[in-house]
Amino acid sequence: MRTPTRPRSSGAALRRRGLALVFLLPALALLGALVLYPIGWSVVRSLFDASGSGFVGLGNYRAAFADDATLTALRNSAIWVAVAPALVTGLGLVFAVLTEKVRWGTAFKLLVFMPMAISFLAAGITFRLVYEQDPQRGVLNAAAVAVHDTFDPDPSYPGARPRPGGPATAPDGSVRTAATGPGTAVTVPLVGIKPATLPAAARPAAAPAASAADGGVHGTVYLDVTPGGGTPGAIDPGERGLPGITVRLLDDGRAVATTTTAADGSFRFPGRTSGTVDLPAANFAAPYRGIAWLGPGLVTPAVIGAYVWIWAGFAMVVIAGGLANLPRETLEAARMDGAGEWQIFRRITVPQLAPVLGVVLVTMVINVMKIFDLVFVIAPGPVQQDAGVLALRLWLVSFGGGNDQGLGSALGVLLLLLVVPAMVLNIRRFRRSTR
Amino acid sequence: MRFLRTATALAATLGLAATATACGSSGTAADNATAKPLDGQTVSVAAAWTGVEQKNFQKVLDAFSAKTGAKTVYISTGDNVSTLVGSKIEGGDPPDVVMMPQLGVLQQFARKGWLAPLAPAVADHLHQDFAKIWADYGTVDGTLYGLYFKAAHKSTVWYSPSALETAGVKPPATFDELLTAGRTVSDSGLPAFSVAGEAGWPLTDWFENIYLSQAGPENYDKLAKHQIPWTDPTVVAALTTLGKLFGDPQLVAGGGKGALQTDFPESVQAVFGDKPAAAMVYEGDFVGAVVSGELKKKVGEDARFFPFPAVGGGKPPVVGGGDAAVVLKDAKHKDAAQRLLEYLATPEAAEVWAGAGGFLSPNKALKPAAYPDETTRQTAQSLIAAADGFRFDLSDQAPAAFGGTQGSGEWKLLQDFLANPADVNGTAQRLEAAAAAAYKG
Repeated sequence: MRTPTRPRSSGAALRRRGLALVFLLPALALLGALVLYPIGWSVVRSLFDASGSGFVGLGNYRAAFADDATLTALRNSAIWVAVAPALVTGLGLVFAVLTEKVRWGTAFKLLVFMPMAISFLAAGITFRLVYEQDPQRGVLNAAAVAVHDTFDPDPSYPGARPRPGGPATAPDGSVRTAATGPGTAVTVPLVGIKPATLPAAARPAAAPAASAADGGVHGTVYLDVTPGGGTPGAIDPGERGLPGITVRLLDDGRAVATTTTAADGSFRFPGRTSGTVDLPAANFAAPYRGIAWLGPGLVTPAVIGAYVWIWAGFAMVVIAGGLANLPRETLEAARMDGAGEWQIFRRITVPQLAPVLGVVLVTMVINVMKIFDLVFVIAPGPVQQDAGVLALRLWLVSFGGGNDQGLGSALGVLLLLLVVPAMVLNIRRFRRSTR
Repeated sequence: MRFLRTATALAATLGLAATATACGSSGTAADNATAKPLDGQTVSVAAAWTGVEQKNFQKVLDAFSAKTGAKTVYISTGDNVSTLVGSKIEGGDPPDVVMMPQLGVLQQFARKGWLAPLAPAVADHLHQDFAKIWADYGTVDGTLYGLYFKAAHKSTVWYSPSALETAGVKPPATFDELLTAGRTVSDSGLPAFSVAGEAGWPLTDWFENIYLSQAGPENYDKLAKHQIPWTDPTVVAALTTLGKLFGDPQLVAGGGKGALQTDFPESVQAVFGDKPAAAMVYEGDFVGAVVSGELKKKVGEDARFFPFPAVGGGKPPVVGGGDAAVVLKDAKHKDAAQRLLEYLATPEAAEVWAGAGGFLSPNKALKPAAYPDETTRQTAQSLIAAADGFRFDLSDQAPAAFGGTQGSGEWKLLQDFLANPADVNGTAQRLEAAAAAAYKG
């Protein structure tokens, strides 16, 4: 008997329970007003139409599953739940284990944890710029273009195309003339390049002689643009040749000779009397512009990347905490038995860390379910639907223009149902650990 | 309750009158000689304008004060006029005059019974000096409530004179000429148009201009009210016309994909910035403000515009918008408020802001000389010349879910159309489906 002064009677117990209830009441009232009532009201509201006056039963839920945008959001949310928490936990684990071993571990940890101090909005705006398509602004594409151009330099005349009426563009993008007879002169008028951007070496083009001395195929490639007009398809005074264009002579589809144009745009195939003149597509291909990170296909992985950047630090700190509490003996024993570092990591560290990893993973799952701001900020308007997730869709249909709070409530209830299992799991785990 | 409020108002007015008299009696004889009709009254005006626009509107209000002796109080509502003014009305503290930036809000307020009809004197000015269309846009269910003070012109194609000169092209008068001119410009090495596809709303403006010119104002009105479906042959025809431009990689800088990654300021910068990436950009008169304000270039020299060309034998379209002044029903100083509107209806008031720039008046009586530069003068004249052919922005007249939401409705569907301009019929069907859902709700 630890409390001998207090006589055990049923009346006292009742009074005590009553007292507990009184103390609990404010908390319960708050919980009821701020959590239970809104949930209940959302369920009720989800059974009514947009105006809130017409009862539609499960109509909103049916509408949600018939709506393409909502289905996309559901799919994306599933991708998020499957990928993001695992990535965050995995990266956090790797960082935590590695920082234990390096000398500047604390500094490194601080660095990785820093993004947590940035608001999602600011991080979103930053990543929006990082992912920007224009290599002048998006750092990722600047890197992609730099790497690409080291191996495959830019074409000499991007965007150039033949003047309609002259040689035409073949399906493979090259510019090809009709088959030429012996000694014929070929003129290839090109347009679509700014006269001001021609290389300094370019000289005024001259009409090729009607026939070459040796009877070979020859001709001129020139820019058929005169500031202020000019005659289309003819070499006007002042129009310059295009130097440095690769020209091939095709015979039956096979290249038999290759040359490049001179400063005045002229080229010749000495001794070759017939064939098709062909300017390969590589001369005109559009320059490499990097990867469409924010295009419909890559936008969700791109946003997940930003999310991982923010949260990996958090996972690392929690896991590092767990790591510090691990008993060292097992590790020592394993080392004595001759286990390699990888074996130790896989067979000893990870299993012992399992409870901590579980908590991080489940917390991340719940967190990912309600992801909203990053997607809203990073995804540009045209791909917002392709990047949509449930929470964003919920807001859009209820407030962001849709003005249908019935459908919005239905989505909210749906989201709640999806989060509950993860919640239950976390609470159970929490109970087990406190017991 | 009503009685109580009236009584309070009466007491307040009496009090004011008493102070006015007191002031009057303490003044000199000279003061009395120049006594103004509204001495001692105060009119509160709510509008969305901030910054330079607010300053310029204040000049108009000051001119009103100087003329009538009434004091004015300006209330800035920010972007959400309907929410702010709505809550003020319900809270029993309504402003006297509100400048309505959207037709939808004007209609909403009128139907809630929050507006007072225009006084006969204001209506007289309106009928005399404004094209009939402005009275129509100020009328809700047969009653005239709104006086349009400031207008916007959204049928201007802005171009870089040097780029067109290089290509040897003159501003076109028809849409077909526009396409030909665009291709010639593109031959000279500069893509013809920079299209702000990422923003969405410029795409709706493209469509509206083509539709108004090609299908005519009657069909335009019907489509705005959703009395004809978006699958109507006129809509399909307009989308086909638009597709001719959007579908030609020579005409759109960066092609459809590039355009979808261009937002509005970027699209203006692409033409008038330091590294030109296109020769023309279509959008409203506010492009001029971006050119002079953000890019520090001279409108009229570095940037000029031509009216949006006529499509398929129709008249050149003039699409735009406007801010309408209304008097609230519960206004505390109704007479002074109506006097303010009467003043706003005069060319004299329009002249005050016109001289400061960034302003177009729908008032026919305003002399063109009032505008500070040639470009603004041209826009203003085009607006007045359009007379009853002028139409409000169609997407602004539609429910927000359809015509005004990023990532959904018309914005999103026209973005999809920009990516795939061959899909005319599919786009029309999806537009109709989205419109049907939005107009129903």
